[in-house]
Amino acid sequence: MNVIFYIASIIAIMATIMVITGRNAVHSLLFLTVSLLAVGVVFFTLGAPFMAALEVIIYAGAIMVLFVFVVMMLNLGKAYEKMEESWFSYKAWLGPGILCVILLGELIYVFTVTKGSSQPLTVITPQEVGMSLFGPYILGVELAAMLLMAGIIGAYHIGRKKQKEYHRFLQKEEESV
Amino acid sequence: MMTHIPPNEGLLLAAILFLLGLIGVMTRRNIIYILMCIEIMLNACGLAFVSAGAKWMQADGQVMFIFILAMAAAEVSVGLALILQMHNQHKSVDVNVLNQLKD
Repeated sequence: MNVIFYIASIIAIMATIMVITGRNAVHSLLFLTVSLLAVGVVFFTLGAPFMAALEVIIYAGAIMVLFVFVVMMLNLGKAYEKMEESWFSYKAWLGPGILCVILLGELIYVFTVTKGSSQPLTVITPQEVGMSLFGPYILGVELAAMLLMAGIIGAYHIGRKKQKEYHRFLQKEEESV
Repeated sequence: MMTHIPPNEGLLLAAILFLLGLIGVMTRRNIIYILMCIEIMLNACGLAFVSAGAKWMQADGQVMFIFILAMAAAEVSVGLALILQMHNQHKSVDVNVLNQLKD
């Protein structure tokens, strides 16, 4: 199980690096899907099979499909890849990259200093998760429902194309301006 | 299934993924990539919760992951609608175009 964990984490890290250095949006989305699937495998090895299923269904399924649809609607062509090339200069990523590597070093230090003992893997079943979710966390579930409703309404309201209606005499003036 | 999980490796993987997402948010100028990197960061947060839940053998970490999932779904729908509006109005996906409050 440990070997599976390490292989999946290496795949996740490599795929994420490919996402943040990619030029083509569709290719980056495919790598992001691979990364999410690898994280799903990591969940499975950590003893959370229900979360692994949710990761595959919701993250790699639903959210990525939304992304792919929007990228297809925007229909960015070769010109945008060229533009990406010019934006992604080495001056742009050097500073943040160094700062994040320092942060990562600190985190690795913290995790290696506090050496915990490895314990046997206990699978937390969906039943326990459900009991906890609809027991002490019921308020959070209701808040999440309200958040999703607000998200639906907000996405509909923002994403709608504004219909511009002018009088036909005014329309020419508007176009000339 | 009597296997042993390493205690801190899951949290370490979450930290690495979070920092990769952070680098992406700071360096990219394409708003689609910025939204993708925010997704990476949210996913890394969920991984941290789940691995912490596995470490202390509690179901709360997985409950938190479900909340993060719902939040990510709401966030990405609104964010993608905003990207579509931006593309309609400015004909660009460059965030540096959005430097004016007034059009």
